[in-house]
Amino acid sequence: MRGGGGAPGVPLLEAEAVERTYRMGGDVEVRALRGVSFRVDRGDYVAIVGTSGSGKSTLLNLIGALDRPDGGHVRYDGRDVREMSDTELAELRNVRIGFVFQSFHLLSRMTARDNVAMPLVYRTSSPKERRRRATEALEAVGLGDRVDHRPTELSGGQQQRVAIARALVTEPALILADEPTGNLDTRTGEEIMGLLEGIQADRGTALVVITHEPEIAGRAGRRIELRDGLVVADAVQIPTRSTPAAVAP
Amino acid sequence: MSPREALRTAFQAILANRLRSFLTTLGVVIGVMSVVLLVSIGQGARSEITGAIEGLGSNLLFVLPGSGDFGGPPTRSRFTLDEVEAVARALPRGEERVSGQVLGTETVGAEGERVTTTVYGVSAGHTTVVDREIARGQGFAPSDVVGNRRVALLGADVATELFADLDPIGRSISIGGSRFRVVGVLEVVGSSAFGPSQDEDVYVPLTTGMRLLSVSNVDTIYVRSDTTEALDADRETVERVLGQRLAEDQFTVFTQDEIVGVVGTILQILTFVLGAIAGISLLVGGVGVSNIMLVSVSERTREIGLRKALGARTRDITAQFLLEAVALTGLGGVLGLGIGVGLAQVVTLVSPIPAEVTTWSVALALGVSTGVGLLFGVLPARRAGRLDPVEALRHD
Ligand SMILES: Nc1ncnc2c1ncn2[C@@H]1O[C@H](COP(=O)(O)OP(=O)(O)O)[C@@H](O)[C@H]1O
Ligand SMILES: [Mg+2]
Repeated sequence: MRGGGGAPGVPLLEAEAVERTYRMGGDVEVRALRGVSFRVDRGDYVAIVGTSGSGKSTLLNLIGALDRPDGGHVRYDGRDVREMSDTELAELRNVRIGFVFQSFHLLSRMTARDNVAMPLVYRTSSPKERRRRATEALEAVGLGDRVDHRPTELSGGQQQRVAIARALVTEPALILADEPTGNLDTRTGEEIMGLLEGIQADRGTALVVITHEPEIAGRAGRRIELRDGLVVADAVQIPTRSTPAAVAP
Repeated sequence: MSPREALRTAFQAILANRLRSFLTTLGVVIGVMSVVLLVSIGQGARSEITGAIEGLGSNLLFVLPGSGDFGGPPTRSRFTLDEVEAVARALPRGEERVSGQVLGTETVGAEGERVTTTVYGVSAGHTTVVDREIARGQGFAPSDVVGNRRVALLGADVATELFADLDPIGRSISIGGSRFRVVGVLEVVGSSAFGPSQDEDVYVPLTTGMRLLSVSNVDTIYVRSDTTEALDADRETVERVLGQRLAEDQFTVFTQDEIVGVVGTILQILTFVLGAIAGISLLVGGVGVSNIMLVSVSERTREIGLRKALGARTRDITAQFLLEAVALTGLGGVLGLGIGVGLAQVVTLVSPIPAEVTTWSVALALGVSTGVGLLFGVLPARRAGRLDPVEALRHD
């Protein structure tokens, strides 16, 4: 399983009537997802929007293979996540998915390069190769001169760039970004979106962005709207971008 | 994750929080230090004591009261002067090669000085039998013993303490209130780690000594063989003679090797016990490591969630935290070893007991400290590995 792999005709990611119910103490149940279906193909750029509590994060966990649905199916390259073991899911995440989180999730005791190299540690690769690929990924996000800096020595925007480099370094088929601009000011947020979009355009990596900001959602080629655990809209749209997709040199 | 990378990750985490890591492993440091130090002291004591026995010469037989069971209660001696004489008569040149001994603590005084020391009542040939040289004057004659004479041989230190620069030969001293004449001074033996130095000994004739100490039995009979080959024959003779006079469980004949062996074994066991007691503190240290590792797992829940999102399997995370615990206690072990060896040197310098750092105590301390990490790291590591990635990522 590598970057653009998978059989033709089979979608990269397919959600079919996905349900997820949280059981609280006693008989209280929260039906966070109540039958969600959609598909993501190679190179797609999809925004998932919805108000708070509509089920976005729950959906992200499922399509990120961090969790399994209670009903319906999530399929990667035609393989049902429910039939995969924890170890297989870990491998799937490692090989096919790159995560970008709202709060960056960098380890402060490590340099930018070690943070970026982290996913490579969980596959067979030599330290030298890890180093080279991490440096390349950092160069690709415009931080070639910050490889030995620690997260605390970087601005918020730079930290998110490091996180993007970490998502990029494994050459995944899908980058999953959960509110990637949530902790950034508008200008920096736009730069970050530009960076992600550049990767999607240049490398054919599918990009799924979860956001509650209409400006961010408007940049995608497709918009899926959730409400109370159901998809209420799934439509192709003409992207509106205030700045052209800019990848740092 | 490759072992090399895993190790790097472990050390990175340990070094990221140096003070806490040090405090966490402090119990292990102290535990290993105590094991190394106490075992070195025990080992040093063993060498010193067995060395002292070996110093008596290898052709020596010891006749001791009792059945020879060192574990049992001490037995009252049934040897009288008759037994000593019977043994001496049965052996060629027995007068020179057999010595009976009694001992007790007495106050010895002369020239206004007083010392309290061990006074031995011994046969005339004693100094030859136990291989002690006479520096000045002369030893006892058989007539001194037969005649119950009040003459004494002084250890080198006693002579100096009582007479300073004066020549003690021919002068009179008091032992337990009776007057004695000094006939000789013993050669210096040198410092001893245990008990009073042999240079503090005072010898008097066996009969005189028994009267002085008011005892009717002889504590020990020494027999010197001319050669090592003659030991067995002499032993048989001694056993036959005493067997006719005493019950079988009233005496035992040991060679010097056997005594060294028995004493060595006893001290070895003592050393192990010391080491084991110190080892308990290592276990306590392990509990501390376990505790802090649990705290660390809960503090680093988000890291665990992140690593799982990036592709870490349950066993990768478990291995990471287990290795961290082992590296932590291993470092503590190395540190404790360093301090323990250092303190052993100090002990050797300042005390008469030379501490002996042995390879096995070092290997044991390091093995046990990493073992402790493995044992006490399992619980936190498994907890870390089992964390649900979604929950872990949401953790704050
Ligand atoms: N771990 C959980 N346990 C119980 N309820 C949860 C849990 N996670 C989410 N929920 C509930 O599920 C619903 C959807 O939540 P979420 O997926 O976080 O929505 P969003 O990310 O769109 O705000 C909400 O009602 C939320 O309270
Ligand atoms: Mg959310």
